[in-house]
Amino acid sequence: MSVHSSISIIVMLIASLAAGIDIGGSAAGAPLQPGEEPLGESAFLEAFIATRPPGPATSVVAHDVPGDGGRQIAISWTRSRDDGAGDDDVVGYDILRSTQPGRGYLLIDEVPPGVESYVDTTATDGTTYYYIVRAKDDMQTVDSEPSGPAASRANWFRTRRLNMFIILVLFFSFVLTYIAQARRGKELFVRRIPGLTAVEEAIGRATEMGKPVLYVPGIGEIDNIMTVASLSILTHVAKITARYESPLLVPTARAVVMSAAEEVVKEAYLSVGKPDAYNPDNIRYLSDAQFAFAAAVNGIMLRERPAANLYMGAFWAESLLLAETGFEAGAIQVAGTAMVSQLPFFITACDYTLIGEELYAASAYLSREPKLLGSLKGSDLGKAFVMVAIIVGVIMETAVAFGVAPLTAIADIFRNFFYVAGQ
Amino acid sequence: MNEVSLWTGFWPFTPERFAIWVGAILTLCIYSFLYRDNPFYKFAEHLLVGVSAGYWALIYWNANIVGQLLVPVLRGGVLLPLVPGVLGLLMFTRFFPRFAWISRYAIAFYVGGYAGLAIPSYMQARVLAQVHAAMAPTVSITAALLLIGLICSLLYFFFSREHKGVLGGASRIGIWFLMVGFGASFGYTVMARVSLLIGRMQFLFRDWLGLIR
Repeated sequence: MSVHSSISIIVMLIASLAAGIDIGGSAAGAPLQPGEEPLGESAFLEAFIATRPPGPATSVVAHDVPGDGGRQIAISWTRSRDDGAGDDDVVGYDILRSTQPGRGYLLIDEVPPGVESYVDTTATDGTTYYYIVRAKDDMQTVDSEPSGPAASRANWFRTRRLNMFIILVLFFSFVLTYIAQARRGKELFVRRIPGLTAVEEAIGRATEMGKPVLYVPGIGEIDNIMTVASLSILTHVAKITARYESPLLVPTARAVVMSAAEEVVKEAYLSVGKPDAYNPDNIRYLSDAQFAFAAAVNGIMLRERPAANLYMGAFWAESLLLAETGFEAGAIQVAGTAMVSQLPFFITACDYTLIGEELYAASAYLSREPKLLGSLKGSDLGKAFVMVAIIVGVIMETAVAFGVAPLTAIADIFRNFFYVAGQ
Repeated sequence: MNEVSLWTGFWPFTPERFAIWVGAILTLCIYSFLYRDNPFYKFAEHLLVGVSAGYWALIYWNANIVGQLLVPVLRGGVLLPLVPGVLGLLMFTRFFPRFAWISRYAIAFYVGGYAGLAIPSYMQARVLAQVHAAMAPTVSITAALLLIGLICSLLYFFFSREHKGVLGGASRIGIWFLMVGFGASFGYTVMARVSLLIGRMQFLFRDWLGLIR
């Protein structure tokens, strides 16, 4: 027992006496009144336990978390003898940290009773820390001995994400293999996507009517994969409009997307030998603000009256505003997005809709570009892998649920292979 | 609505009251689009586009140029933000057709860097976590339906084979599952939009006209 604890017990005894607790007597030493029972030994013990400090946490160890991105130190300890046993009155532990041994400890967090580890995620890499675990009951606290020094550092490889690494390597090997095959000239089959035929029909109709084609590449940034796919489809659309000499209007909500769209349309016009038909004023930046952009595009639809509206890319709440206005204006409309929440609106208000991955497949289908075709075929193989994994996993889990015990360990390993730790 | 409520809603003339009036009139200008395109809508549309352009220019300036470039470099002495700063400056070469190609490096860096950051996150959140969650024991009709819907929907997005025969049948089931899901999503989102409309109506009838409390 530490000196601190001994002194505490003495103080508590004095306090209990001062409060009038008397073994075999009454409060404040007054004589017993008729019918009054003397305080028993158990009452004294209860009072004593209530005032006795908890046992300290012991064996406090701190070390850098291995295989992480840094800034994390793991602390472990053996819980107080009064946590789940003994007086069983520990209500939790405070975690204290200092950069100097023996002083300057500051509270960084607290954990409930029964816990024997903690990960400090606020460490600065390269700084040495010392930790104390403070056991506490309702009245008092007791500090552990300080831990040894520990410093966090970033590791080159996150071992807890090894499964993610394996899966990514597998996926990219599929993609690269198919890209190599496409580059060697192998014909890679991609099924026909009905919505794409509609794109050509819509542009043809606009040409017949002598009206422009409106292409909205969404309101996502250039880093959004849907925007990238949309620009790829824009290349195809721009080639057709260049051939037909139909005006192509491309309103954008992001400055960088406008720059990229300018490049794409200009090159498309060049590639079909119609550079003079390219009009840079038709590629417009309207606004970064979602509804200001929607209001401006609605205005274009009603004033310039495009006969074909193509919405391809990332859309949010403005999707229905655009598609409904286009419908009212009588334009033929084709949409494509992977935004699940907006697909219902496009499906209801447009003539054709490319659903989810069809948007990405469309860019590969149209361009026949080896990189895109390889990516599409590689992702197909990835999907086949995922489907097989799900079916195998479900069969094993179902067998375990029906009492096939020998499969339990294998099922757990297989399922956990697809679990990726957050940090 | 009566004249008294309008007048009491306007007086005393405070900045807050003025803002409510501006907001209400612009709301009505935008709603006039429900009838047809008209000068009021055009005015509100152009005002909205112009104000938002100025607003976002300031936001970008303060958040990106000042907050992430000027302050760290000039006050903090951190030099790393100069790299994206220079890449950003390259975008201005677009104003000079002869040197416009240089801006492609900035775009390439942006897209490539983001892809590297995003792919592991997407793979984790949208593939592996879903696969992990899908591996549940199929001991009920609901669980069996979930599994069938999942596999058939995945088959619909399989592009390497023509959708004929068994694959065609499965993908047709898949599109039915997708449409049911979209229907539910449609109803859910419409409810959210209706709540937005209610919010605007409350603004008009409570904050502006004072007809409801």
